[in-house]
Amino acid sequence: MSGIVDFLFWVFAVAAVVTGWLVFRTDSMVRAAYWLMASFVAVGAILVTLDAQFLGLILILMMAGEMTIMAIFMVMYMMNPAGLNPMTMVHQHRTAAVAGAGAFVALALVGLLADFPDRPAPSGTDPTVDLGVELLGESMLVFESAGVALLAVMIGAIALVSKRGRYGDADEGSEEPILEKTE
Amino acid sequence: MSLDALLVVAAALFGAGVYGALSQQSFVMIMMGLELMLNATILAVVAFWWGSTGGNPEGQLLAIVVMAVMAIEAAIGFALVTNVYRVRKADITEKLRRLRG
Repeated sequence: MSGIVDFLFWVFAVAAVVTGWLVFRTDSMVRAAYWLMASFVAVGAILVTLDAQFLGLILILMMAGEMTIMAIFMVMYMMNPAGLNPMTMVHQHRTAAVAGAGAFVALALVGLLADFPDRPAPSGTDPTVDLGVELLGESMLVFESAGVALLAVMIGAIALVSKRGRYGDADEGSEEPILEKTE
Repeated sequence: MSLDALLVVAAALFGAGVYGALSQQSFVMIMMGLELMLNATILAVVAFWWGSTGGNPEGQLLAIVVMAVMAIEAAIGFALVTNVYRVRKADITEKLRRLRG
């Protein structure tokens, strides 16, 4: 049993990293959104193999919804929604690659060299039941605060995107001034 | 499957996210880089919960908080992209030169 779980873990781990990398390697924005979703699904599957079934499944559920919305935004705002023309969408490529590789090496070294306590969950417990009791018991304030934060975000997002504000239209008077070239 | 392996996978996802957030020109692609970093964070949090806390449910609660942060980031990010596009007609970072020092 643990052999199969190990094998599945490695399959999903490789899938998560490769699809995460492909997000930034494709010309098409829509494909990028779905590669990102594939990465989240692979991480959700890893969470399920780690016995956090609830977290894994809500991660997949949430990301399926979010990436669908993301794909709509892609089509709305993207330079190249369908990837019909090959194009480059990157800047400061070398710096970014060095920073990404550096972040990976530093974090992986911390993960490998630091001495974390080895205390796996005792067998015979149900993590989902534990989480439910925690959410509606000791940590209810945290849970409720997340809900209030999401409500505040909804109000803030509407305030940001509303077409007409108190002092006129959103694009009125806030156009970037035409500056003379100073070369 | 071990805590070390999980943390290395999370580090690889985070590194890919850092690369994406720094290298992409389009705002929505930058947000995808941020989401990838949060994805790595969730994986690392659950890995620690699984391997190092003795099954303490507060570890899972932290993962739920990170998911809430992810939803907040997406909502505010999309709202900002919409607002910036309306006000400045900009969809890539190069068009927002006024913020450059």
